[in-house]
Amino acid sequence: MFQARAEPESDTQDSSQHNGILSPNAWIRIHTDGRILLVIARSEMGQGIATGLAMLMAEELEVGLDQIQVEQAPVGSAYTNHLLGEQATGESTSIRDAWQIMREAGAVARQLLIAAAATIWSVPDSRCSARRGRVHLAEDPRNLSYAELAETASRLPLPPAPKLKPSDAWTLIGTPQPRIDSPDKVLGAASFGLDIKLPEMLYASIARCEVIGGRITGWRSEAALEIPGVLDVFAVRYGIAVIAKTSWAALRGRDKLELSLRPSANPAADSNRIRDRLQGALKGRAAVARKDGDVSTALNGSHAQIEAVYEVPFQAHACMEPMNCTADVTTERCDIYVPTQAQGRTQATAERITGLPKDRIAVHTTFLGGGFERRREQDFVVDAVELSQLLKRPVQVVWTRADDLQHDFFRPMSLHRLRGGIDAEGRLTAWFHRVAGPSVLARIAPDEIRDGIDPCMMAGAADLPYRVPHQRIEYRRADTQVPIGLWPGGGYDHNSFAAECFIDELAHLADRDPLQLRRNHLADRPRHLALLNEAAREADWDKPPASGRGRGLALAEAFGSLIVAIAEVSVENADIHVHRILCAVDCGQAINPQSVRAQIESGVAFGLTAALKGKITLTKGRVDQRCLSDYTPLKAHEMPEVSVHLVASDAEPGGVGGLAIPVMAPAVANALFALTKQRIRTLPIRLS
Amino acid sequence: MISVTLNGEPLELDLDPDTPLLWVLRDHLGLTGTKYGCGEGQCGACIVQLDGEPVNACQTPLSAAANHSVKTIEGLSPDGRHPLQLAWIVEEVAQCGYCQSGQLMTADALLAKYPRPTDAQIDAAMSEVLCRCGSYNRIRRAIHRTANPESQNG
Repeated sequence: MFQARAEPESDTQDSSQHNGILSPNAWIRIHTDGRILLVIARSEMGQGIATGLAMLMAEELEVGLDQIQVEQAPVGSAYTNHLLGEQATGESTSIRDAWQIMREAGAVARQLLIAAAATIWSVPDSRCSARRGRVHLAEDPRNLSYAELAETASRLPLPPAPKLKPSDAWTLIGTPQPRIDSPDKVLGAASFGLDIKLPEMLYASIARCEVIGGRITGWRSEAALEIPGVLDVFAVRYGIAVIAKTSWAALRGRDKLELSLRPSANPAADSNRIRDRLQGALKGRAAVARKDGDVSTALNGSHAQIEAVYEVPFQAHACMEPMNCTADVTTERCDIYVPTQAQGRTQATAERITGLPKDRIAVHTTFLGGGFERRREQDFVVDAVELSQLLKRPVQVVWTRADDLQHDFFRPMSLHRLRGGIDAEGRLTAWFHRVAGPSVLARIAPDEIRDGIDPCMMAGAADLPYRVPHQRIEYRRADTQVPIGLWPGGGYDHNSFAAECFIDELAHLADRDPLQLRRNHLADRPRHLALLNEAAREADWDKPPASGRGRGLALAEAFGSLIVAIAEVSVENADIHVHRILCAVDCGQAINPQSVRAQIESGVAFGLTAALKGKITLTKGRVDQRCLSDYTPLKAHEMPEVSVHLVASDAEPGGVGGLAIPVMAPAVANALFALTKQRIRTLPIRLS
Repeated sequence: MISVTLNGEPLELDLDPDTPLLWVLRDHLGLTGTKYGCGEGQCGACIVQLDGEPVNACQTPLSAAANHSVKTIEGLSPDGRHPLQLAWIVEEVAQCGYCQSGQLMTADALLAKYPRPTDAQIDAAMSEVLCRCGSYNRIRRAIHRTANPESQNG
């Protein structure tokens, strides 16, 4: 069912005619033998996107999901994600980008098939209708399968404009559909990056310099070379590569390397020093991301005001499948087999290294054993392409778990200073939020930084959903040597923790129920209000929680969607138990409600890991966490009961991949305050 | 030569007895359903059954499997119709899917020991296998569904 494509871009150009195959666009191919092939241009990393995109196409094409095969797209301009500006998967954009495009692709093919049937029967198109892969003639038993119509349809001109079905005619969109990748995944047959095996392939493990900013100045390889199966050891761009006949030999050989390092000339990256630096950035000048009214005057004139500082640590992505890439570079062409979220950049990376033209560089996207934005990066691609080019053999580069944790592009550490004021009626009058932290986009997309504002760092702060008359939102960039990158949830993740906890602090100051205070400042926002009310109703917010339990709330507006989470917690001997997470979600039109629920559950686990457990620290330039017992994701017995309440909506679909993550830490922290009166302002959450 | 029964078939392997079972399966036998997640016995992605007991294949040298029986995900059923696999599909357990072989092999061993496991027994067994996608509640439901087919409605 699921396969990677072999051909590079050259064959993906739109063409409606070849060999009788109906291929009206880059996504749909209907063969005369009955095969209906849908091309999936986004990476399947667990979010169910293959099923979601197939549903959008199949809805308009009038085929069942049981009648199609899907294929991963090669690199091609047709496959650009317009919200990211490149062929890539991430930032909860896939469905929003595809919503119109995929349905139109299906509609065009359907219209051609209907026109073909009408031509064959010499009747007007209006007398023909499509259903489950066949075109039927009205009030007439005649019908033809898509296979029978493909050749005729392939010779017809494309319709001037795709006609989309009205929403009341949908049979797939909005209905729970089983994932198309489940059968392979329960068989262990789904092919991930590390499962690729090419003839003559060699394996490589690369020892990188453990000290950030440092260099490997020498190495001894004798012991490594004694390991049976180890073929060679030499320096490459990112470290010392051990080349072997098997994965195991490569990993063993690499363990036997003796490296000498030269530390960075700069002061070592160190958590305490970085915290001092960020604390300094909480004062002094900063760039202003948003200014409504006059915060200083409003604070001075407020009935009561408070200030608080929040701290969010570096976080690792810790995908279950360690980073890896397989490349096969010859003088003629380059094939890359890789679990990637960024096909466009992968091709560009290989183009830069090999000098081959783009049409000879094929990117074969495997299943991804987790992505979490880590697989937008190119470091593992560079490893494999350079080594294969050098060795003139296919090479698979295998990262160890320690490599993966130590050489991540971490979620940045950030500090947040907030000030807020209320009036005598308990209404928020002033809101100040300064974000201090390194810039994520400085490396990835420096052009997007305007007037000193990194929009990625400010998401969820500059667009605070609450109406507060006087607001000032600031960013003070404070770069560190620690490599940082995108993380699911993006800026919403750190900013929602600070803002959603601080609004609880203000509710406490105003002696108002945290839910009511939020409602008061969303009075003109019906979607937000409806969702808050839904969550409150489902959680019985008006009744006190069970004895010994605390309940906390958080709201986020992100990726075109809204979420309200309510956490229920208890504490036993300073151990925090999260018993229940209730999420009310308004993501506009849900394509596959089943996938939306699964994604919210997934975000709960990912967000709770970050809230309760995950933290990357550095000592003298080294990342302290080396293995999964140092950085442990949430385990089965720690998973709370999760209930997801989807609000019916016909608004444009929003993203859900990263939606639940930002509300976990604040919902749990607010619940702990309700229970213990301890304010949590630092992640991961620890009770004193 | 080391004799192993693998997924019911006798096998003679001429390999270094120190080679972890994980790499015997993946590098030498092409059985890639068993996954490499950490190599340190901490994630459970590589769990297989040794004489019915769940073990981390990355921590089990081939020598430990000599004259014993090993079952991998490929041996769970010939056609994906093992009750756990069917329940997994109904409950839509798998997301990225990378840990799922380890989850299924652990669940299968659990059910062999406790045909009707309690939540606590499920938690104790399944906490050995990490899932970054948070499929845990669905795993629990799928195990209950398998254990109590008569109490399920579909």
